[in-house]
Amino acid sequence: MELKLPPNVASGETLTGAEIVIRCLKAEGVEFVFGYPGGAVLHIYDAIFKQKDVKHILVRHEQGALHAADGYARATGKPGVALVTSGPGVTNAVTGIATAYMDSIPMVVITGQVPTRAIGEDAFQECDTVGITRPAVKHNFLVKDVNDLAVTIKKAFHIATTGRPGPVLVDIPKDVSNEPAPFHYPEKIHLRSYSPVTKGHGGQIKKALQLLMDAKRPMIYVGGGAVLGEASEEVTELVRTLGYPVTNTLMGLGSYPANDKLFVGMLGMHGTYEANNAMQNCDVLLAVGARFDDRVIGNPKHFAEGNLARKIVHIDVDPSSISKRVRVDVPIVGGVKEVLTELLAQIRASQHRPDPASLAAWWAQIADWRAKDCLRYDRNSKLIKPQYVIEKLYEITKGEAYVTSDVGQHQMWAAQFYRFDKPRRWINSGGLGTMGVGLPYALGVKLAFPDADVACVTGESSIQMCIQELSTAKQYKLPVKIVNLNNRYMGMVRQWQEFFHGNRYSESYMDSLPDFVKLAESYGHVGIRVDKPGDVEGALREAFAQKDRLVFLDFITDQTENVFPMVPGGKGMSEMILSEEL
Amino acid sequence: MRHILSILVENEAGALSRVAGLFSARGYNIETLTVAPTEDATLSRMTIVTTGSDEIVEQITKQLNKLVDVVKVVDLSEGKHIERELMLVKVRAAGKDREEIKRTVDIFRGRILDVTDKSYTIELTGTTDKLDAFLDALDRGAILETVRTGVSGIGRGEWVLKA
Repeated sequence: MELKLPPNVASGETLTGAEIVIRCLKAEGVEFVFGYPGGAVLHIYDAIFKQKDVKHILVRHEQGALHAADGYARATGKPGVALVTSGPGVTNAVTGIATAYMDSIPMVVITGQVPTRAIGEDAFQECDTVGITRPAVKHNFLVKDVNDLAVTIKKAFHIATTGRPGPVLVDIPKDVSNEPAPFHYPEKIHLRSYSPVTKGHGGQIKKALQLLMDAKRPMIYVGGGAVLGEASEEVTELVRTLGYPVTNTLMGLGSYPANDKLFVGMLGMHGTYEANNAMQNCDVLLAVGARFDDRVIGNPKHFAEGNLARKIVHIDVDPSSISKRVRVDVPIVGGVKEVLTELLAQIRASQHRPDPASLAAWWAQIADWRAKDCLRYDRNSKLIKPQYVIEKLYEITKGEAYVTSDVGQHQMWAAQFYRFDKPRRWINSGGLGTMGVGLPYALGVKLAFPDADVACVTGESSIQMCIQELSTAKQYKLPVKIVNLNNRYMGMVRQWQEFFHGNRYSESYMDSLPDFVKLAESYGHVGIRVDKPGDVEGALREAFAQKDRLVFLDFITDQTENVFPMVPGGKGMSEMILSEEL
Repeated sequence: MRHILSILVENEAGALSRVAGLFSARGYNIETLTVAPTEDATLSRMTIVTTGSDEIVEQITKQLNKLVDVVKVVDLSEGKHIERELMLVKVRAAGKDREEIKRTVDIFRGRILDVTDKSYTIELTGTTDKLDAFLDALDRGAILETVRTGVSGIGRGEWVLKA
């Protein structure tokens, strides 16, 4: 292991474990730690009290801490940091850790543990933290010796932020955080068992180039890896150089500008008719930082057997994402940014160009699919249509807002109707699908970008899962705007029950809802209820004009609205259900 | 298809759980698993026998490589290799059966490690098939207890698995 000390880190100074934790965070440039104190982390909180470099954000429930740190990481690209106590602190944090893990978000989670001598004795607030979190982290550590603490935290940041990112947990027993040790923070670290590939194989990239140039019906499919890998510019340059159609996954939205004519919309279970049909019918598919998951391609058998001639090139930093659900022809393991840069260089050096006639025919086919206008909805309704609210939100924020969402119908409408032109503006839980993330995500984003508009698009069911964070928002003066699409139902559950369970709306009606306006007011915020379509725009304008207040907009929407198109679970991606009006 | 995966892992607490947890979480089979430190005390060598289609074994290998504690993974069954398993068997051996069992042990080149007037405790080393064949050769009713280590494997020739 190489140990090199950066000039800004004092070496050899004796500090307690708790002080070492804070000094490590400072050395990593951590601005915020999201957390909640408790017995096992009291020494660390004492160290926090004595300094000003790292700001602690006190949440109201540990789940909120994890989500806020996760939201901060998604918006900034920097690792989010959370700090919780042992036992229930950890178990409350697990949902947040798993959420970050499923979407490959870099995070460092510091947890307190009972003193080393008490581990295994079923001590008060003891749980097997590394055991409980093991399947939901990229890696985790239990630090038993204070002399290993700094180097372990260095490893945690290194692992969390490199390769395919993910959460890394460091469990620190209470006695370790109180023991003294000389402080050395390594600048660089080398782990023999961990060395992610970044540069793609030149020969494979050349093969990809050949396939792409010979394609008659090409398609470029870009996922969250392009956002995480900061490859948005390269994706955009590649697509524009080739003039090929491009789609983004839910997690990839913003990696290619949604307003561009080459963009055919999001794909997947609630993707556009044109994107899903182009995916299914293309002859060469370039997948960039995407993983062909069930919500994207539906049934992999249908996807493969429905088009045996299609050739697939797959660029991903994680080899295990390649050929997992769909067999690919040209795998390229590497950072998407590095690989696309090399691919672009090879394209510039090559004489080979796509055949314009075939490409024109393909675009004509796509134009036919586009003509279905699959996202159409009733604009003359007397009820507020949720899609309309998102369209107005887009207009009023000029497409520049950071939009967080919870999980369900509102999430899909936000993804479909807020046209993201930039990466890291769309913050949602795609993999784990965690209801309750929206508000804490918004708080994490607002802390990172205090001058930006931050909107949390949510529903009356999701918002109640982390509603307590309205108090955190008050304490830290985080004036986010909550756009509550209130249809009095767990909308997506209701939609599935309507389609697949004979309209038996089992337990999906949200009875006894709070008065959200009064609720917001009781937390010291502004609440506005809107129940007429004509008032939507005015209410949104008023909310965003109140720069220094959190405004909770409670939109009473059409209860029966469904998300279209829809690929039913287990079906192929061209087997879409379209809106009844089509 | 049966595969023998040889894995070098950091000799750290939790490494075994990470590997075992990966198999159970993703629904992969473990037929046998052996693990012990290597000549380099910081590393452990694990041998896992698993079954699955080529696609599944490819995924298993990739997923194992993804674990931060895993230094190297090799599918020994892809090349020439040697595999051995150790078995201890306690059998009822009384009266006329004693000679017959002893002869069977000799044929399989086993050793009798412990003797009482009613039992033998036998040690046998070999491939999984050989150990199975030995058990088949015994009277099933006479077998009181079997303990098997699971397969350990190594490549043939000068090739070595190193960190």
